[in-house]
Amino acid sequence: MTSEVVDNDKRRFLTQAATVVGAVGAGFLAVPFVASMRPSAKAEALGAPVEIDVSKLEPGQRVVVMWRGKPVWVVRRTPETLATLATLDSILLDPLSEESIQPASTKNEARAIKPEIFVAVGICTHLGCSPVYRPELAPADLGSDWKGGFFCPCHGSKFDLAGRVYKGVPAPVNLEIPPYYFATETRIVVGQEGDKA
Amino acid sequence: MASEKAKALLEWVDERFPASKFVEDQLLKYFAPKNFNFLYFFGSLAVLVLANQILTGIVLAMYYKPSAELAFDSVEYIMRDISWGWLLRYLHSTGASLFFIVIYIHMFRALFYGSFKKPRELLWLFGMVIFVMLMAEAFMGYLLPWGQMSYWGAQVIISLFGAIPVIGENLATWIRGDYVIADATLNRFFALHVVAIPLAILALVVLHLTALRTVGSNNPDGIEIKKNKDSLGIPVDGIPFHPYYTVKDLYIAGIFLTIFAFIVFYLPEMGGYFLEHPNFDPADPLKTPEHIQPVWYFTPFYAILRAIPDKLGGVIAMGASIVVLFFLPWLDRSPVKSIRYRGRIFKIALGLFVVSFIALGVLGTKPPTVTATLMALVFTGIYFGFFLVLPFLPSIETTKPVPDRLTEPVIPLAKREGEHWRLLEKAIEAITESSAYRKASAQVLAVVERLENLGRK
Repeated sequence: MTSEVVDNDKRRFLTQAATVVGAVGAGFLAVPFVASMRPSAKAEALGAPVEIDVSKLEPGQRVVVMWRGKPVWVVRRTPETLATLATLDSILLDPLSEESIQPASTKNEARAIKPEIFVAVGICTHLGCSPVYRPELAPADLGSDWKGGFFCPCHGSKFDLAGRVYKGVPAPVNLEIPPYYFATETRIVVGQEGDKA
Repeated sequence: MASEKAKALLEWVDERFPASKFVEDQLLKYFAPKNFNFLYFFGSLAVLVLANQILTGIVLAMYYKPSAELAFDSVEYIMRDISWGWLLRYLHSTGASLFFIVIYIHMFRALFYGSFKKPRELLWLFGMVIFVMLMAEAFMGYLLPWGQMSYWGAQVIISLFGAIPVIGENLATWIRGDYVIADATLNRFFALHVVAIPLAILALVVLHLTALRTVGSNNPDGIEIKKNKDSLGIPVDGIPFHPYYTVKDLYIAGIFLTIFAFIVFYLPEMGGYFLEHPNFDPADPLKTPEHIQPVWYFTPFYAILRAIPDKLGGVIAMGASIVVLFFLPWLDRSPVKSIRYRGRIFKIALGLFVVSFIALGVLGTKPPTVTATLMALVFTGIYFGFFLVLPFLPSIETTKPVPDRLTEPVIPLAKREGEHWRLLEKAIEAITESSAYRKASAQVLAVVERLENLGRK
C-alpha cells in the first residue's frame, strides 16, 4: 500500500495551481464590474451636433449652448478685441496653440474659422470649472493689464478672448475648441467638422 | 428566581456564542489608563456621530431620488413635506460637519500624545484609512442634493484624476460614467454613499477597535500601562473601561448632543459653512458659481491644491498632504511619545503645523487672490516642513525623563514649566481680582442661591 506516503510537493503544486486558476477566474469576473461603470451606450450616443444661429449675436455678446453636456460658448468678437490678441503673446503660455485641442481649421491666432466668431468649450482645462466671461477692460479685480477674456473663479486661471491661457496660472493649456463648421453664413453646427458634413 | 433564570439563559447562550466573553474582553476586563482627559472623548463621540449618520441616512434614503431630474426637488420635498424631514436632514448634514470636527481633534490627540507610535502603528493606519473613506463618503454625499456647489465641487474633484498622466482622462470618465458630471455620476455616488463606503467604514471601525483592544489605549503621559501589573495581571494604572469610561463618555455624549441640537435647531447652515449658499440653486452645467469652494472640512487640502500654480503639481501636493500622514509612525522617531516630555522644538513644530492647517482651512474658503495664494503657498511649506523636520528632531531635542507611573490627566498650571504659563497665571490672577469679575461672580452666586432656595420650597 503506497497510500501511506504523502507527496507534499504534489499537494503544494495542486494547491498553488488551483489558486492561480481561481485568481485568473476572479480577474475575468472583475471585468463586467469595472466595465459597467464606463459611459453607457446612451451617454455615448448623446454626442449629436447642435446648431446655433449667430445672426442675432451683437458684437461683444456671448451665447452658451449645451453640447455633450458641456457648455459651448459662441462670442462675436469686436474688431478692437481681435486687434489686441496679437499684443498678448508675451504673457501667454502657448500663443500659437501648439499644445491645445482644436480642429486644424482653427489653429490660428484668433483660434476661429471666421475671426469674429469665437467658439470654445467653456470648461477650464485645469479642473473643469466654467470660466466667467469678462470682456471689460482693466476691471478692479483683474488688474489694469486685463484686455478682456475669461476668468476661472475656482482657481484663478485666466484666458484671453481667443481662449489662450495666461502664464503663471494653474490651467496648463488653452481652452478646447470643439469641431464646428458654418452651415450657412449665420448658422454654426457644433460637433462636426466641415469636411465631414 | 428571575435572576436565576436570566443566569441560566446567559449560560445557555454562552455555550453557543461567546456573549459574556465579548462583554468581558471589550468592557469589564479591558483596562484603560486612569488619566484620560478631555482629548480622549473624541473616539467614542465619532462612534456616536457615525450612528447618527447611519440612522438618519436610512430614513433620508427612503425619500431621496438619485436622479439628475429629481434629486434637487426630492431634497426640498424631504425638507418641506415629509414629517420631521427637515430635522432628519439637518441631523445628517450637521452630523457630517461635526464628524470631521471630532475626527480632526481625535487625530490631533494622536499627534499630541504620540498615540501612533510603536506598538500602535496599525491602529493609526486603520484610522487613516477610515479618515480617507470618510472624506470619500462626505464628498459623494455632497453631490446628492444636486445643487450648484454639489455639481461644481464634484466636477473639480473628479477632474483631479484627469491630471494623472496617460490614463487620467479615461479614469475620470470611468468614475463619472459620462463625459461630464451627469445622471450616471449621481446614481453611482448614491450607491457608493449609502452601501459601499458605509460598509467599508463599519468594517474598518471593527479593525480599528480590535487593534485598540490588542495594544491598549495610549495616555497623556505616553507610558505603556501594561509594563506595571499587579499580582493578578491587572495594570496598576488601569481601570475597567466599564463602568468608568462608559459613564464618563455618556456624560460627554450628553454635552456633545446639546451642542449638536443647538446647531441643528438654530444654525443648521452655519452661515454657509455647513450647507453652502450656492447649493440652494439647482445644478446648472452651464454656469459655475462665482466663488466655488468645498465644504469647510476639505478647505485645508483644497488650499494646498490651489497654492501650486501647476495642474499636476497641485494634485500631487494635495494627495501628498494626506498620504504623508500614513507615514507618521515612521517619520516621528522620538522614543518619547507624549508632548509632555518632549523638547521645546517639537512643541514649536507641532504648534506651527496646527496653525498652518487651520490657516490653510481659512484660506481655502477665500477667493484665489494673489495675496491669498502666496499665503497658502507659505503655509503649505510649513505643513510639509513639519513632516520633513520630524525625523531629525530626536537628534537635536532634549526630552524630559518619562515617569514610570501615570500622572495627572491635565497638569495643573502651577506645576508647568515655562514663562508663558507664569504669564497666564498672572493674567488669570489679574482677572479674578478685578472688581468686574468679583461683581459678576457675586451675581452668579446670588442666582445660584436663589435657585437653591426655590428648590427647598
